[in-house]
This record gives sequence, C-alpha cells and structure tokens, in this order.
Amino acid sequence: MDDDKTSFSEGDAVPRVVIVDDHRLFRSGVRGELGNGVEVVGEAGDVDGAVHVIGEKQPDLVLLDVHLPGGGGVEVLRRVLSRHPQIRFLALSVSDAAEDVIGIVRGGARGYVTKTISGRELTNAIVRVADGDAVFSPRLAGFVLDAFSATDAPPVDPELDRLTQREREVLRHIARGYAYKEVGKELFISVKTVETHVSSVLRKLQLSNRHELSRWATARRLV
Amino acid sequence: MAQAPTDTPRYTRAVHGRLLVGVASGLARHLAVDPVVVRLAFMALSIGGVGVPIYLALYFFVPEEETAEGGEAGPDHQRKGREVSQLIAYTALALGLGLLFLLFGGVFDPLLWFMVFGTLGAVILWQQANPAQRDEWMSTNVVPVGRKALMRAGAGVLLIVVGVIGFLVFQEQLQNARAGLTFAFTIIAGIGLVAAPWVIGLVRERDEERRERIRNAERAELAAHIHDSVLHTLTLIQRRAEDPREVQRLARVQERALRSWLYRRPADAETTVRPGLERVAAEVEEEHGVPIEVVCVGDCDIDDGLGAVLRAAREAMVNASKYADADAISVFGEVEEGEVLVFVRDRGVGFELEEMPEDRMGVRGSILGRMERHGGTARVRTAPGEGTEVQLRMPRIPQF
Repeated sequence: MDDDKTSFSEGDAVPRVVIVDDHRLFRSGVRGELGNGVEVVGEAGDVDGAVHVIGEKQPDLVLLDVHLPGGGGVEVLRRVLSRHPQIRFLALSVSDAAEDVIGIVRGGARGYVTKTISGRELTNAIVRVADGDAVFSPRLAGFVLDAFSATDAPPVDPELDRLTQREREVLRHIARGYAYKEVGKELFISVKTVETHVSSVLRKLQLSNRHELSRWATARRLV
Repeated sequence: MAQAPTDTPRYTRAVHGRLLVGVASGLARHLAVDPVVVRLAFMALSIGGVGVPIYLALYFFVPEEETAEGGEAGPDHQRKGREVSQLIAYTALALGLGLLFLLFGGVFDPLLWFMVFGTLGAVILWQQANPAQRDEWMSTNVVPVGRKALMRAGAGVLLIVVGVIGFLVFQEQLQNARAGLTFAFTIIAGIGLVAAPWVIGLVRERDEERRERIRNAERAELAAHIHDSVLHTLTLIQRRAEDPREVQRLARVQERALRSWLYRRPADAETTVRPGLERVAAEVEEEHGVPIEVVCVGDCDIDDGLGAVLRAAREAMVNASKYADADAISVFGEVEEGEVLVFVRDRGVGFELEEMPEDRMGVRGSILGRMERHGGTARVRTAPGEGTEVQLRMPRIPQF
C-alpha cells in the first residue's frame, strides 16, 4: 500500500511467503492449507536459518512463530528489519501469553494470529499484512485495550500513549469477533477506514514508550 | 520439660520418646530433667545392683500416660516408639560400666569416675547427633543452633576432656602425655588447615546438589503432568479418530487444561469476572462441543449483579452452541469504570426475533428477565443467516 505499488488484495500479484516455525509438521500443514492465494518460497526452523532464508529469498511476508530456538521470533525481527525494513511479518503462535503477543508486535510484527486460524482466514490475513495493513486477532485487540486502558499515570506523549474513541470502538468490535468488513458496517465507516484505525493502533503499540506498556503484562499477570 | 508449668506433671510412664517402657523418660518429665540424666542414673544404680528392681517396680506400679495428650511434650519426645540404636548405646554403656566396676573394684576409685565422666560426655554428644540434628549441622542455610544444644555439646566436650586428663593424671602419665598432646594438636590443626577448603567445597557441592534436586523435582512434576493428562488425551484422540467432533472436544479440553497449568495464576481465584467468564465458557464448551473464545478486558470482583451477568452469559453460550450451528462462539467481556459489558456472538444461522417466544424461553427468562431483575439490560441482535449477538450490560455498584 504505502510506497510500493503492488496491491495483493486486488490480485496484482501473489504474496511470496517464508514460513518460520520450529515444528516441521506445522510448517507443512500451513503450506498445505494456504493454497493458491499465496506462494511459499522458503521455510526455516530456527533464528539463524530464518535470517538466512529471508535474506536470500526476499519474501513479501514472513509467517513467524513467537517461540523459536536461538532467541525467538523477536530476534528474527531485530536482525531482519534492520537490513530489510520492507519485509512484513505476521506472527503466528499457540501462545496466549500477553508478554509474547505484545512483545512480538512491539518487535515489529504487523499482526498476530493464533495457530487455530483457518486456512482461508490465514490467507486473508497474509494478503492484508503483505499490503501493509495490520491484522489483530480478538485476543490481541483485548490485550491492546487492556494495555491502553485508562490509568492514573499521565501520558508522556498524548499522541502515542492514548487511543482515540474511534480506535477503541474498532478494537472493541474486533475483540467481539467482528471481521473488518463487519466492523465497518457496524460503525458506518469503510473497510479502508477500519484498516487505517487498526494500523494507527499498531503504530501506537509499537512506538509508545508509555512505561506501562512494557510492564503491564507482568503487573497485571494477564494471560 | 524445662519450660514445664509450675505444677509438675503427674508421674506416668512415657509413650513418646521412650526407650524401653517409658519409666525413665516419664520420671524425667516428672522431675523436669533431661531423660538422659535419669537413664544414666538408673544405669549407675544398676551397677550397684539396686537399679534393676527399682526400674521393674516402677514399671509395674506407674501407669502409662494417656496417649491423647502426648503432644504437650517437647520436640525430642515427639518421636514415637523406641529408638533401637539408643537402647543399644545404653546397654553397651551399662555393660561397659559394669566391666569397669569389676576391673577397678570399687565406686571410690577416682580412675573409674574419670572414665565415667568421659563416657558421659560421649553419651551426651551421641545423643545430640540424632539424624535430624545431624542434618541441621550439615545444612548450609544456617539454622541457628539452639543455645541448649550448644550447651549440651559444650558440656559433653568438657566432660570428655576432664575424663581424659584426669585419667592421665591418675595414671601418672600426664608428663608423657603432654608431648603427645602437643603433637596431636599440631597434627589436628594442620589437617584442619588442609581439609578446610575441601570441606567448604563439599558443603558447596551439597548446596548445588540440593538445587539440582529441586530442579529434578520440578522436571518430574512436569513429566508426570504431561504423562497423566497429555499422553492420556492423545491416546483417546487416536481411539476416537473417526469422530472429528469428539477429537476436537478432547483436544480443546486438553489445551485448556495445559494452558491453565502453564500460566496458572493462583492469586485470583474465581471471585472476579475474568476467570469467572473463562470458567463458564469452558464448562459450556465441554458440554456442547462448540469452541468458545473468550477475550476479557479489565477485571473486578463478582457481586450479585455480575453473578447474574455470568449466568445470563452462560445461557447465551448454551443457546448459541445448541441452535446456532456455528463453528465457534466469541465472548468478549469488558469491565469499565461504570459498567460491565459482555457480548456473546456467533456467526450461525440466526433467527427471526419475533418468532422467538415459543421455543426460546431460555432467552426470555434466563437472559432478558434475569438481567432486568438485577438492574441490567440485555439485547439480542439477530436475523436469519446473520448470526446472533447477545449483549449484556450491568451497571457496577460503587465499592465505597
């Protein structure tokens, strides 16, 4: 979307994807489920392998597991994004732990989905993230609402440390299980506007230095 | 014993901490002295010949204590039954003393008394070294050794030293012994210096071993858990492979169990909204086999009204599971400052709201009615083919 011209959602091209997960069975399962909407160009099972394959194949998107031998998904993000900032990441994990979810999104992933997601939904999520949008699962939306919920601490940077009323509304609907299209219909806004709101929330989540954000997970002991 | 209240306990034969029939330890408690003293006294008397009949007489005439109140005695008396090793020690001591008596031929031979001192000291030290205390000595997380124990050990050492020196003096060997003693002390000090690092190393190693043991115990717990639940479920899944619904149900139940075990939060019992909602969803899911995803934001204690919200939410989940024919149900709970919101949503068949009354009494009574009775509201949004969403809203009662 932003600077590159290709729009995967409009069928200009098929996103090229690398799957990074330490379970081979799971990798082949995902490969099988993805079908024709996505081209899988590589696989890796640990951090070093992932950095190597991604550097070599230059995919549009990386499906990234949170827990990986060699430092975890966050380490892959750190090492790849510094050299190839145009590559997009979608986190895919079985973990429901808040620190995992928030950690990987703050590390640079543009979305988070759980492994129970259906193949069709995953393909949609990949296309959306490859286009530069953000994908929030209901659980991630819940975590974000919790993280930004009103506290007594005054925001350091009001622009980054607070969600707008509209953004909260969008997140609430996502947490209730609404798809972007349904959210748009509910709030009388276009899908594009929903995407804009979610991307803006993602940016705040990644950039806000509000200290609760880094500590909130442990402090609240959320799962 | 020593800290016994002003009125002396009645003389009964002890049940706890006795060696033979409790005559000596009972008497010790009665007299508020250490049982060792009484036992040694009996032994000394036995050598003269009077001790045995006295012991037997006490055995016959003194009643055994009532066991129910055995707890009031000190910790040394808590050990039930007899300790064979101690009994053997006393017997050996008595035999040895008897032998000495025969050899030296008189109670007034000072030599005998110094030997008695030495032996007494040894006995006291021996007494100290019961397994529990030995453990304590070896333990590195320094438990302050009780002053009483220290005094006892000191007395033991003193008695042995007096005994040994006295023995040497009366054998007129002290002069000869002095050189030997100096030599011995030097050797011991030298050995101590050499051995100290090694001993410290041993202690450290022991510490490390203990930590390793704790780690192993944790690993064993994990292994046991995985074995008991996860492997069991996997076996069940293989057996029920032809029934996808059941396989999914089993997998979900196991997943939830494993998650709650891995990320368990012992602090919040189910007295707050979030775990309450999760529990309700888990129950409905287990009963009806439709996966329910719960997302909750914020948390607060469950009061009357919120209890009603949970029951209404449960009814909504049951309805969705039974009638909606949906793949999954989404539940979203949000605790705000002024109110609590719960949404139960499915993407199932939906229904015509006007046609509800006949077969959906559950919705009218258990959801709408219940919420209104507790001061909340409930809305049902649905249309054929559009899925259903039940929205529950309950104002929060201010806590203060």
